[in-house]
Amino acid sequence: MTTLELLKIVIYFLLILAVTKPLGLYMKRVFSKEKTFLDPLLRPVERLVYRVSGVDETKEHDWKQYTIAMLVFSAVGLLLTYLIERIQHLLPLNPDKMGAVAPDLAWNTAVSFTTNTNWQAYSGESTMSHFTQMVGLTFHNFVSAAVGIALAIALIRGIARVSAKTIGNFWVDLTRCTLWVLLPICLAAATLLLSQGVIQNFHPSAEATTVEGKVQKIPQGPIASQEAIKELGTNGGGFFNANSGFPYENPTPSSNLLEMFLIFSLGAGLCYTLGSMTGKLRHGWAVFWAMSILFLAGAFITTYAEQHGNPMHQRLGVATADGNMEGKEVRFGIGDSALFATITTDASCGAVNAWHDSFTPIGGSVPLINMMLGEVIFGGVGAGMYGMILFIVLAVFIAGLMVGRTPEYLGKKIEAHDVKLAMLAVLILAFSVLVGSAVAAATAAGTSSTLNAGPHGLSEMTYAFASATGNNGSAFAGLNANTKFYNIALALSMFVGRFLMIIPLMGIAGSLAAKKKLADTAGTFPVDGPLFTFLLVAMVLIVGALTYFPVLSLGPYVEHFLMNAGKVF
Amino acid sequence: MSAQKKLSLFDPAIVRRALLDSVVKLSPRRMMKNPVMFLVEVGAVLTTILLIPGLSKHVDYLFQTQITLWLWATVFFANFAEAVAEGRGKAQADALRKAKTETTARRLSGPERKEEQVAASQLRKGDLVVVEASQIIPGDGTVVEGIASVNESAITGESAPVIREAGGDRSAVTGGTMVLSDRIVVEITSEPGQTFIDRMIKLVEGAERQKTPNEIALDILLAGLTIVFLFATVTLKPFAIYSGSDVSVTVLIALLVCLIPTTIGALLSAIGIAGMDRVLQHNILAMSGRAVEASGDVNVLLLDKTGTITLGNRQAVEFIAAPGVEASTLAEVAQLSSLADETPEGRSIVILAKERFGLRGRELKTLGSHSIVPFTAKTRMSGIDFEGGRAVRKGATDSVAEYIHSIGGTFPEQVQQDVSRVASEGGTPLVVADGKQVLGTIYLKDIVKGGMKERFDRLRMMGIRTVMITGDNPLTAAFIAREAGVDDFLAQATPEDKLALIRKEQAKGNLVAMTGDGTNDAPALAQADVGMAMNTGTQPAKEAGNMVDLDSNPTKLIEVVEIGKQLLMTRGALTTFSIANDVAKYFAIIPALFLVTFPELQALNIMRLATPQSAILSAVIFNAIIIIALIPLALRGVKYRPLGAGRILRRNLLIYGVGGVIIPFIGIKAIDLLLHAVHLA
Repeated sequence: MTTLELLKIVIYFLLILAVTKPLGLYMKRVFSKEKTFLDPLLRPVERLVYRVSGVDETKEHDWKQYTIAMLVFSAVGLLLTYLIERIQHLLPLNPDKMGAVAPDLAWNTAVSFTTNTNWQAYSGESTMSHFTQMVGLTFHNFVSAAVGIALAIALIRGIARVSAKTIGNFWVDLTRCTLWVLLPICLAAATLLLSQGVIQNFHPSAEATTVEGKVQKIPQGPIASQEAIKELGTNGGGFFNANSGFPYENPTPSSNLLEMFLIFSLGAGLCYTLGSMTGKLRHGWAVFWAMSILFLAGAFITTYAEQHGNPMHQRLGVATADGNMEGKEVRFGIGDSALFATITTDASCGAVNAWHDSFTPIGGSVPLINMMLGEVIFGGVGAGMYGMILFIVLAVFIAGLMVGRTPEYLGKKIEAHDVKLAMLAVLILAFSVLVGSAVAAATAAGTSSTLNAGPHGLSEMTYAFASATGNNGSAFAGLNANTKFYNIALALSMFVGRFLMIIPLMGIAGSLAAKKKLADTAGTFPVDGPLFTFLLVAMVLIVGALTYFPVLSLGPYVEHFLMNAGKVF
Repeated sequence: MSAQKKLSLFDPAIVRRALLDSVVKLSPRRMMKNPVMFLVEVGAVLTTILLIPGLSKHVDYLFQTQITLWLWATVFFANFAEAVAEGRGKAQADALRKAKTETTARRLSGPERKEEQVAASQLRKGDLVVVEASQIIPGDGTVVEGIASVNESAITGESAPVIREAGGDRSAVTGGTMVLSDRIVVEITSEPGQTFIDRMIKLVEGAERQKTPNEIALDILLAGLTIVFLFATVTLKPFAIYSGSDVSVTVLIALLVCLIPTTIGALLSAIGIAGMDRVLQHNILAMSGRAVEASGDVNVLLLDKTGTITLGNRQAVEFIAAPGVEASTLAEVAQLSSLADETPEGRSIVILAKERFGLRGRELKTLGSHSIVPFTAKTRMSGIDFEGGRAVRKGATDSVAEYIHSIGGTFPEQVQQDVSRVASEGGTPLVVADGKQVLGTIYLKDIVKGGMKERFDRLRMMGIRTVMITGDNPLTAAFIAREAGVDDFLAQATPEDKLALIRKEQAKGNLVAMTGDGTNDAPALAQADVGMAMNTGTQPAKEAGNMVDLDSNPTKLIEVVEIGKQLLMTRGALTTFSIANDVAKYFAIIPALFLVTFPELQALNIMRLATPQSAILSAVIFNAIIIIALIPLALRGVKYRPLGAGRILRRNLLIYGVGGVIIPFIGIKAIDLLLHAVHLA
């Protein structure tokens, strides 16, 4: 690894480190309804929203009401988006005269955006009208992110509250998250992106004549506004099929850094919010460091593997000097591409600026593993936090017994009911990824979409199901996902990965909130400090590795050894 | 029970019985209670069926037979672990049953209390029975009339007789124990089949063993992990077919069994049974495993001062003479006044006088005609009246002062000061008077039991606070609390105060343990998370607590806490170990599975195992043998050290987590070498 690439990772990490506390503290204040500097501006808007929608902001929900509100909200959003896609040819803002989206694709896309996955089985520029992009999709980019954060906050409240029945009001959390957190940051970020050359217009495609004298259509659109929330809300659904590899979405290394920064910022901030709301700042930081260690390890491995390149190219004497440049943008190079790939899969964002499919087997296995671990390395906004809390509950349970007490997490006893719910969530995720890919591998419908045979084809299928289940949405590319099988199966995976994971977690929130808080003594299991960080990292890795090692060994690992032996697929 | 105490865990008799039980336990109905091991049994049945010729092609009989045998061995070893853990309890239950011989009872019936002979098993709650010397008490009850010495060795193993009398806190008697002297009337307090001995038999036998809350939670975790691994292995079949290699069902079952947490699954119930057994070895009867487990969680211990923190009685440590009085004179009179005083305090005064001044205690009969004035709660003084009007007295300060004033004497100012000093130091002052003259003060001191300070320090390191409960005044209590090194004290405590304190601590999120024996302790015992009643205590106290200490030694509460912690630690440690083991097993089996299709995977065979067959077999064998190897650890518990949670965690993570990753690499490699050497694979 060159010093420059190393430095890029370090600088990026320092930026995230710097923003963790201010953002975390800000979110804590927003969700605890404490004063913030935006109140004079936003309180009137907030009150108006409640008046129009008839929400009583003083009333709180128990975990069931909270979950039901979230489910109803998501269901309505899902149906609306589906409808918009199906009738987009009748709606305005359609300069390129796009037709109605096919039912299975429309359904897949609606689920994809509702679940904050933004899996794109379509090419935006040739399928969706401006109206669909803005109202049907960008709307979800905001609210699906806000839903994720709201759920994380509700879970944190469950941990922090003592003998309580309620965990907050879903509508209030949703509104405050959108108004106070997402909109202001997006506004600033979009402005910065514009300064880098990202476009924002409603024009039809521009036509240009290439040097060969052919006419090329260059799609136009309101991109900067979608780009900001795409990264900040860890949505990842690009306007263009080429996503952040397309110059209109991500023109310069600076815009690239900004986009990467947006992806992690809220997830990192939520670590501090966790510490702050539970009154255990050191715990929040311990979680932050666990995520950071997993992130840095992935970033170094991918960058190293990509820079190391393909030994076959070297033997043939056709290797580029800086490593495996296949599928990467020249303006980003190895470092920015490998880092972006790590970040976008850590955070269940799914935006891409390079083709993960063209990475070396090991370099490409990191994004795959990141998603298989459950998207808990900062993770999708909110989703990363609640996913990590799932691992914390399990780590505290197993290791907590080892200190000779009934396991407890921040004073809350972890009992059979909580373990049951946590295991249920783990099972659901493992089921969705493993059984989904197994069905794909065993059927012609599954295998016929792969671009490559052998281990690489297996990686493509597994990647799709890991991405959908983890609500990541990035594609390994190579796989033709716009088929009935994949549209339906992946929509199912996205659905399971989002909602069937959330319900048990909200159950845990309700159960923890109702519990008494045990006194903190020298005999209490420590959930702060390096030891806990180490434990959490080990827990995430071991559970992930034990579940997915067999399929990984048949996918990227065997491909790696085969590549070294001179075989490709 | 003292006889069985010497029974070792691996006594040949126990092992023989356990081997037999292990076979009985193979019944699927019983295996189903343990989902992890049940799955192994199902796997073993499947591989056995697959051995039938013609069912599958390309059968490597040597290999598949060995896998099948080792899968059965895995199940058998798990059963054996449980059976051995139950062994000692079963032996004890047999011994108890012998004690519970069918006795006849002399029931008093009707208002005129006519005596009739009935079988003990016919006694109902509320019946009155009369028991005389050398008769067995026919059932649990309360003495309502008389006093007797009773041999309770059938239950406690302690042969020294104890006194049981009507009224007060020493009125409970247990069925099956024997009256040695006198005659008592007992009101029966238990229905047939629910007597103390019946319950004890059930408890030690584990017949009514219910899973504890943590055990249930752990069971769920293990079942969940098992299902995850089931997904991982079942989906491996289509992945393998896609990849162009075929994996046999036998091999997949072998992989599954290696991955699911069999080590902890096999030992989990043994750990729980052994924990209860360890409590029993301390002569403590826990009413449920839940109680033992809860004691590990305790973070506040309420300990009675007397008998727990201090020796049961105060001792004289100093004679402080009044002005103008020789110390030896004081000592002599003090000794004189104590000759008739048979209390430990009185005896300690006689002894101190002898030690300090060489005064030999005289025999009472050499003193000429005299009459003894006994101590009463009203006068709070005792002494001797001699012929000729000489009267010596010793007693509480205000009582003696009142007495002196009443006969026209004066109470010296200096003595008043001495008394205050003694009290401020936590001692009990006794004032001695000879006629109208006050001679001085005897300093009686509470003696803190040896080693208590260290124990409290250890408890503190574990995050457990000790609170001393005493009837003393706050000044005295503070002094003793400081000397004993407890964290807090409750002075002039009434039973209501105790109850209030427990509630207050629980409201703060603490779990509280306490001991008690009196009837008025019952509410507090019931309120406490762990309540240990003394066997000498009353029936209500014993029923309110969730443990009974057969030796009636309140200090043992500390041991119970340690056993509870050890129990949880053992479960956590073996779970961690079990999961950590999987890493090595993957490295053994995964390359072996696909080596034919992808010879390049040899790179993952970092143990360099000889052949695919030997690799898989070695992992399966290691997985089975580790169960047997860990039985002693499961039964004895992991080594317990009184350290803070952070240090315990670091230590155990290192041993069972990191160790759990490394050990199987070594073990599997060693087995592989052996298998290869003897040409079994």
